[in-house]
Amino acid sequence: MTIIYAGMFYIATLLLVAGLVYKIFDYSRTPAPLKIPTTPAPTTQKGVIYRMAKEVVLFESLFKSNKWIWVFGWLFHFGLLLVLLRHLRYFTQPVWFWVDILQPFGKYASIMMVIGLGGLLARRFLVDRVRYISTPSDYLMLVLLLAIGLSGMMMTFVTHTDIIALKGFFLGLMYLDIQPLPQDPALLVHLALVALLMVIFPISKLLHAPGLFFSPTRNQADNPRERRHVAAWAARLDQGN
Amino acid sequence: MAAAEFDVPELKDDIEVPKIREGSMAHAKSFLAPKPVQDFMGYPHELSEDWKERAIDKMGDLLGKYRSLKVFLDACVHCGACTDKCHYYLGTSDPKNMPVARQDLMRQVYRRYFTTPGKLFPKLVGAKDLTKETLDDWYSYYHQCSECRRCSVFCPYGIDTAEITMAGREILNHVGMGQKYSNEILGKVQKIGNNLGLPGPALEDTLEGLEEDIEADTGVPVKLPIDVQGAEVLLVTPSADFFSEPHVESLIGYAKVFHAAGISWTLSSHASEAGNFGLFNGNYETMRKVAMRIRDAALELGVKRIVVGECGHAWRVAYSFWNTLTGIGYGGNDPFSIELQKQLDPNYPQPQHICELTNDLIKQGKIAVDPSANDDLVVTYHDSCNVARASRMGDEPGGQFAIPRELIQSVANNFHNMAEETIYESTFCCGGGGGLLTDDLMEVRVKGAMPRMTALNNVVKEHQVNFMATICAICKAQFTKVLPKYGFDMSMVGGVHQLVSKAIKLD
Ligand code: SF4
Ligand code: SF4
Repeated sequence: MTIIYAGMFYIATLLLVAGLVYKIFDYSRTPAPLKIPTTPAPTTQKGVIYRMAKEVVLFESLFKSNKWIWVFGWLFHFGLLLVLLRHLRYFTQPVWFWVDILQPFGKYASIMMVIGLGGLLARRFLVDRVRYISTPSDYLMLVLLLAIGLSGMMMTFVTHTDIIALKGFFLGLMYLDIQPLPQDPALLVHLALVALLMVIFPISKLLHAPGLFFSPTRNQADNPRERRHVAAWAARLDQGN
Repeated sequence: MAAAEFDVPELKDDIEVPKIREGSMAHAKSFLAPKPVQDFMGYPHELSEDWKERAIDKMGDLLGKYRSLKVFLDACVHCGACTDKCHYYLGTSDPKNMPVARQDLMRQVYRRYFTTPGKLFPKLVGAKDLTKETLDDWYSYYHQCSECRRCSVFCPYGIDTAEITMAGREILNHVGMGQKYSNEILGKVQKIGNNLGLPGPALEDTLEGLEEDIEADTGVPVKLPIDVQGAEVLLVTPSADFFSEPHVESLIGYAKVFHAAGISWTLSSHASEAGNFGLFNGNYETMRKVAMRIRDAALELGVKRIVVGECGHAWRVAYSFWNTLTGIGYGGNDPFSIELQKQLDPNYPQPQHICELTNDLIKQGKIAVDPSANDDLVVTYHDSCNVARASRMGDEPGGQFAIPRELIQSVANNFHNMAEETIYESTFCCGGGGGLLTDDLMEVRVKGAMPRMTALNNVVKEHQVNFMATICAICKAQFTKVLPKYGFDMSMVGGVHQLVSKAIKLD
């Protein structure tokens, strides 16, 4: 079992990193031939960074459009962030002091995360417009994340797993020195689902994460009169004139 | 053609989000472009044997050229935040008019042919083969999008359905399903010089007639010059300004402003048109060709400034794309753009919007106005989408909202905004933009105007508003047709420079 899981995590990590690197490379290589920021847009690069920061941290546009989706979406993402940061303690030795400080919050953040996911899932069923646009993968993705969250909560709040051994396993993975993995069902389910999530990340709608940073309507400065903006394939057209 | 009967939506106090009614607008299709029109544009006019390969190839080509398309097709999470943001959905209840569903018409095909999960598990991720039915859906629903970008304001990733619509129309053109209305106009502007297809002599006659009218009216010999070598300003305006009501009232307004300020100006018979329907088809080369006429006219006439009249999408193309496409602007360091940029006067924004120009002149006291001349009017302002969500005026973000309002309020005493969530960047489209201003799409236009009409109706009831000013030729043409369907008088709509024209003092 240990060997299977070790192999699984190596492969999942490889696919996640390679997939994301490829996608990011692909996005950055594809030209944006025209200036298309959605206005009113900042006129400077600094302003663009501020705009993007508000989108990433506060989900500003979503806040303007729908308060329910915003509440659930933000609970889920912020909860997930805290939970992930908390998980750093399994990968660091000694554990960074701020990760220690976060521990108690990280525990309850899992509840936030699950509530958020539950709300999003409920909307998919209950709102006719959202039901219409939902594909099976949209539901499955939420179910997958819910299952990850719930199996994790099981271990935090119900049946504790052998944390010391688990940490040994992950540190071992990082230093290519495989250590035994505790054979606890909740943990095995939790880890398998996480590996699955890592694999589908770069080929699914989870690409919204890197996508946001490459969205020309949000990441361009509104200065077309002041700066000429020409893509390479378009510049060739000027040569004929 | 007698349009089919349809119900005009009833105006309620608020804009309500309807329950979905599948397929309710599937029948609305504009006329296909016939052979001569498609020939001129270099597209086929009917589906060939290999249309499917052609469509997929074109999609691949566009995915490689436009980051917007690639990122937008990947990034949508089907959150649903945009589902109630499109005026066409609100007015028609057809779920395929929800922005995300409109995108999905293409995303399904993209997933099938360009992504791994779509190739392996199409059902799971909602991927679909490209079929004739899909293509027909594209034709219906990509011509029920005015490319107004309201959805992009509200999407957490800024996904702009207009970009997808443009790509969809471009692919449709490539397989032989062009839209008659837009492509015919693109032919006219390239062959004759403007969208209405007015030849030079007809234009000169019209301008002379207008000069006589103005003089009879005011006693002042205001001129409307054309093809004047060495004029300071080249004015480019939508050709509707030459012939249509109420558009022409604004043209008279521009002429009076130049006259009162003593600025020499000219129109160009080769580039009499500001509108650029290349934007609506999403074809970069076409858009560039149409825009190049203006560069050529500017170089030929030796003007120092280029000013754009009241037209929404024309202003978007001018403000956002002219520098890219033709070098009208600043900051170029290649021979192509430098040639023109060293001719243009650096003391002014290039291109400049007529509202920026007039507003500056009034603020500097270079022209005088008497706002009481408009005391019979209670005015509201309709932010046209392409101005509001895709361009700017002045130096500050949001100048496109502030400057026209400032200008209106300096020439008219009574002004009321419509509801906050229906103006500025949240403005509702008139319902006729993006190549939909054709009689064969009347049902779409009337139903899509419902949100705007609701907001207007409310200020009419609360503040006795009797004039809706706007700075877009398409909005003006659309509203004059649609207002009567909702029980309003068509003369309620007009240009901002129509108000300027009444208030300006001439000597
Ligand atoms: S661009 Fe405008 S018309 Fe098109 S889908 Fe978005 S909101 Fe609707
Ligand atoms: S708001 Fe954006 S991400 Fe959400 S469904 Fe609409 S297009 Fe997709």
